[in-house]
Amino acid sequence: MTYLDHAATTPVLPEVLAAMTEQLGRVGNASSLHASGRAARRAAEQSRERLAEALGARPSEVLFTGGGTESDNLAVKGLFWARRQADSRRRRIVVSPAEHHAVLDSVEWLAKHDGADVTWLRVEPTGRVTPAALADALGDGTDVAVASVMWANNEIGTVSDIAALAAVAHEVGVPLHTDAVQAVGQVPVDFAASGADALTMTGHKLGGPMGAGALLLRRDAECTPLLHGGGQERDVRSGTLDVAAIVGLAVATVAAVGAREERAARLADLRGRLVAGVVEQVPDVQLNGAPLDDRIASGAGRLPGNAHLSFPGAEGDALLMLLDARGIECSTGSACSAGVARPSHVLLATGADTERARSSLRFSLGHTSTDDDVDAVLDVIGPVVARARRAGLGSR
Amino acid sequence: MRVLAAMSGGVDSAVAAALAVDAGHDVTGVHLALSPDRQTLRSGARGCCSVEDAHDARRVADELGIPFYVWDLADRFREDVVDDFVAEYEAGRTPNPCLRCNEKIKFSAVLDRAQALGFDAVATGHHARLDGGELRRSVDAAKDQSYVLGVLRADQLAAAMFPLGSMTKDRVREIAAERGFAVAAKPDSHDICFIPDGDTRGFLTRRLGSRPGPVVDAATGQQVGEHDGTYGFTVGQRKGLGVAVGDQRPRYVLGIEPVSRTVTIGTRDLAGIDEVLTGAPTWTAEPPALPFSAQVQLRAHSAPVGCEVREGPDGLRILLAEEQRGVAPGQSAVLYEPDAERGDRVVGQAVVRTARERGETVRH
Repeated sequence: MTYLDHAATTPVLPEVLAAMTEQLGRVGNASSLHASGRAARRAAEQSRERLAEALGARPSEVLFTGGGTESDNLAVKGLFWARRQADSRRRRIVVSPAEHHAVLDSVEWLAKHDGADVTWLRVEPTGRVTPAALADALGDGTDVAVASVMWANNEIGTVSDIAALAAVAHEVGVPLHTDAVQAVGQVPVDFAASGADALTMTGHKLGGPMGAGALLLRRDAECTPLLHGGGQERDVRSGTLDVAAIVGLAVATVAAVGAREERAARLADLRGRLVAGVVEQVPDVQLNGAPLDDRIASGAGRLPGNAHLSFPGAEGDALLMLLDARGIECSTGSACSAGVARPSHVLLATGADTERARSSLRFSLGHTSTDDDVDAVLDVIGPVVARARRAGLGSR
Repeated sequence: MRVLAAMSGGVDSAVAAALAVDAGHDVTGVHLALSPDRQTLRSGARGCCSVEDAHDARRVADELGIPFYVWDLADRFREDVVDDFVAEYEAGRTPNPCLRCNEKIKFSAVLDRAQALGFDAVATGHHARLDGGELRRSVDAAKDQSYVLGVLRADQLAAAMFPLGSMTKDRVREIAAERGFAVAAKPDSHDICFIPDGDTRGFLTRRLGSRPGPVVDAATGQQVGEHDGTYGFTVGQRKGLGVAVGDQRPRYVLGIEPVSRTVTIGTRDLAGIDEVLTGAPTWTAEPPALPFSAQVQLRAHSAPVGCEVREGPDGLRILLAEEQRGVAPGQSAVLYEPDAERGDRVVGQAVVRTARERGETVRH
């Protein structure tokens, strides 16, 4: 099996499995006052400190959540509610149309049910949001509740300069949330240095468990809770701490961030060979997103493991099926819950036409990727594309 | 063989896919998403179009250990089946959308795509026998679906698989239960999948708007009522005419004239026909020499009737051995060669254009 869908989820690291297994064997609610509870709390708080250190945050800024979707919902809704509560003129949300659905659908829900006005950010053809675009959209900021721009795009891998964007937002007094689910462990992420007010991250994209994530939230950021109850996480998030998952999340984050530089270089090489090999066999293939060697102030302008390609005349769905039948696992991007392929909203946001959006495939490399994986794709991609083209684009 | 199993989420297509796997084929499951705005959960007993049905199909595929994909054919389905359905009613005819779907979607769009992608055959859960390229009625007469497959040509049948034709529906449910499929007891789907509430007239009214016209009694030529749209009527229909004629005898719809929007009704003695003129026929094998004797089925759930098939002005001229009522233009006349042992063989079909009384008798 050739697994090239690490942006969907990536194999759990052995050290994560070991740490979680050990923790799962122990009793103790981290909120209990007795010895078992204290031991659980110690494990959770150690994890909080280690995770904070790896990401340039203070431990008190780490709120453990059930994953990226919850963190995005909490940041977007919570910051919107709290900021509008403080000043009823703040009803506007400034957001990129290329965000993950966890952000997009939260914003659209607020617009539909809670009186929010949405300003969609201008997006470069690479998928990047520029500081100038954000400044234009914010205006004087007095009516803006929150802005949200992802650190790195989950489909096309484009990285935005979050530090520059946060500076622009802060000039007009607007807090910035960033979804860094894909960025952590791939590009340097330092919460304090970035200036962002809230940052979403999750465990299962970097070798940790599913269902465990965090929202990094500045201490001065007011955020209204989604989940009410025991108030375990700074009174912003309630729910008994899943200590084993938290331990796994921290171990994975520390490992991924620690090995990031070496792994990023290795993956960028593999990815470069993959793209070059595909271009050789399918000369009219189109690379979506930023150029492979793109740079921005904070470093790489594109995730090192991401190759997002459009194959004109072929349908992404058909390519995926043919590759799957040959033991190669990749993705067409975001699928809706019905399993019906829709043209990628990310590509459409970058100005691509529907056909280019529908003919795209995402290969995402990760910590277990090897030269053999690249070879496996290059062995079959030519005939697979030829066959998918014969099947056409599903229309007459 | 590499087989693409079309899986609606119902029990029939689930068992058909399972039997294709059992037969040693390399099977891939595909659920066809045919509705552009799919409901999350099923409403009523019409299983095929909701996300829940896609989930049911995926569950079975996962149990069978076969790949599973959803193909979005909503645009094709809207153009070729739904819009055609509306246009046919608008023109005063009574279409059969299931037959059109088999012709244009399952054994055309899907089959073409499957073959281009390297599949050898498309398997479905239809109840019909297919052996050596010969399409025959199911052993389960009550569930037989050969009528809606009658439009398939030899090249389409050559790449079709109907694994359920030799078993009853009860047996299909037994197999599903033995295998622990959650869909074993799922209700049969009924009627038209894209009209989930079953209200065809309401659906057509939403699409076509109110188009009032006269209801005329054939015996007197007098207008006896008014209607909101000819599309609410089908030739042979007796109920829901919304008119009262003085003599209190039951009236049937005899004809629909879309330009003047006239619905003509008449008494039972005027409703019978014994000659059918059709459009161009399709054949399941080499076209037979005309004329020939056969049985013809004139709508989805009617009994077949003996006939002689001759050349007609635009297609076929079918002389019926017995008078029939309720033969509506737009329905298919599916021709069968009777065979009590192996099941009646489907010879071909043609769409009814005109149904009328003739002056001569059938010669046998």
